[in-house]
Amino acid sequence: MAQLEMRAVYAQTLIELAEKDDRIVLLEADLMKASGTTIFKNKFPERTFNMGVAEANMVGVAAGLSAGGKIPFADTFGCFAARRTYDQFFISANYARLNVKLTGTDPGVSSAYNGGTHMPFEDLGIMRNIPKLVVFEPSDPVSLKKLVQKAAAHQGCTYMRLHRKPVDIIYTEDEPFELGKGKVLRDGNDVTIVAIGVIMVHEALKAAEMLKSENISAAVIDMHTVKPVDSELILQYAQKTGLIVTCENHQIMNGLGSAVAEVLAENCPCRLKRIGVEDEFGEVGTQEYLQERFGMTVGHIADVVKKNLK
Amino acid sequence: MEVQELKQLEAKAKEIRKMTIDSIGYLGVGHIGGALSVVEVLTVLYYRHMDVSPGDPKKKNRDKLVLSKGHAGPALYSVLADKGFFPKDWLHTLNKGGTNLPSHCDMNRTPGIDMSTGSLGQGISAAIGIALANRLDGVDQKVYLIIGDGESNEGQIWEGAMAAPHYKLNNLIAFTDYNKMQIDGYVHEIMNVEDLDAKWTAFGWFVQRVNGHDFQDMDMAIERAKKELYRPSMIILDTIKGKGAFFAERRLDNHNMNVDYETAKEACRLVDDF
Repeated sequence: MAQLEMRAVYAQTLIELAEKDDRIVLLEADLMKASGTTIFKNKFPERTFNMGVAEANMVGVAAGLSAGGKIPFADTFGCFAARRTYDQFFISANYARLNVKLTGTDPGVSSAYNGGTHMPFEDLGIMRNIPKLVVFEPSDPVSLKKLVQKAAAHQGCTYMRLHRKPVDIIYTEDEPFELGKGKVLRDGNDVTIVAIGVIMVHEALKAAEMLKSENISAAVIDMHTVKPVDSELILQYAQKTGLIVTCENHQIMNGLGSAVAEVLAENCPCRLKRIGVEDEFGEVGTQEYLQERFGMTVGHIADVVKKNLK
Repeated sequence: MEVQELKQLEAKAKEIRKMTIDSIGYLGVGHIGGALSVVEVLTVLYYRHMDVSPGDPKKKNRDKLVLSKGHAGPALYSVLADKGFFPKDWLHTLNKGGTNLPSHCDMNRTPGIDMSTGSLGQGISAAIGIALANRLDGVDQKVYLIIGDGESNEGQIWEGAMAAPHYKLNNLIAFTDYNKMQIDGYVHEIMNVEDLDAKWTAFGWFVQRVNGHDFQDMDMAIERAKKELYRPSMIILDTIKGKGAFFAERRLDNHNMNVDYETAKEACRLVDDF
């Protein structure tokens, strides 16, 4: 499978948006090299604002730029985006009904060598509590590009988790995307694996292939938007397969697993297992080590499915 | 400033002070101390310096104010009502369910409010963002910002203090309402902010310090700030918390206090002589 570096796709998508719309501006907090957006700065130096290591001020300034009619994208590591700027994002951007696009990079175990201090396992949950906020996490370079375009066009704030590294391409270039509408990547009858983000969508697809060899038919849904979550699609597949397994590079509390559980509990009781971090802090290690450590692997997904099939 | 205009501004400030005491008194409780300490700066801005259009509050090219100490909203609402942004009878709806005039400034509810504020420390960043947007758009109008002295305890104030001179935002004119009191007591006892002049100067701002109840002083300071070519301005206003209301002035409990409406009406009658 062809690979593309996610951050390069992000920067290129922002450049294309900025070429068409002079309201697009970019803010960074001394992580421009990490975000990979230096090429944006080189192209649009006057529309790029590096605010230094001051994330709260960065998000507040982004809100002010939005109040002045701009469409600001603001980047930092997800841990800082969610924890350190929460009140600024909540009040100055969201409560003020402005139009700030916040990007939290290095979701969950992809923080790897930066370790537990930098490993956001809670950002989807924190962000999901902000009224009207759109919260999403693309799974591959194509969905990243399409969803960033949709976020730019959306009138209101968004929070995106961005996995920065090179990632296999899943979708074809002409695949259409909508925020809030999940993608059925693979149909199936026995179980539905609902996954979010680069790591878990890729692991889920491999798990479905592995299960196929054992005559288990697994559907895989890329639920890229956790808020608003695609209830219709969840209910359709709950009725169709009777077992849902959610997969997220995040705490199982308050993120995708909780969002799916809420939909199921109120509408269509169905068996549900949630795969993700179970009330633990992050720690340091390679991404592979951490995926094993927190059960974010093909093998673990396949085991959970088999244990819970009737 | 001509003597006649000075007299007009002084008379207008008394009107605004009465309207503010009345609206908080009518409700029975409110942030009267910090609202009354900014009456004069709001008056000199809205009746002499700011280019705003009550009939077109969202006009693209306008001067903007970020009232970062958002709890002083009731004083700004009096100004905006008097300017005709909305009917004066709205002032008696302050903080009532469904009102357009909430305790803290809300740009989506109140015509003429340029930024939602209320979580202290955030307004400086918003003002910087608006000033950057103005510069990108070639808009010459100014961004005015009012922060509190207690608010200056917030770390975000100093993040913004660092950023505005870095971006050479000479279109940003800020004020500190230095009324020397915060909720729990005197600022110098709770969390001292001194030496304010030296701090803002060290961060790279053009700093002036004037009497925040004196129109001539404030007017000259604003005129000097407008002439700055490279630096944002900080005008530190020495003010009196609760200024002009006999039941509140200089009282340590005046941040958010109960106000009996009869007392408020009496205070309004006494404003002219106080």
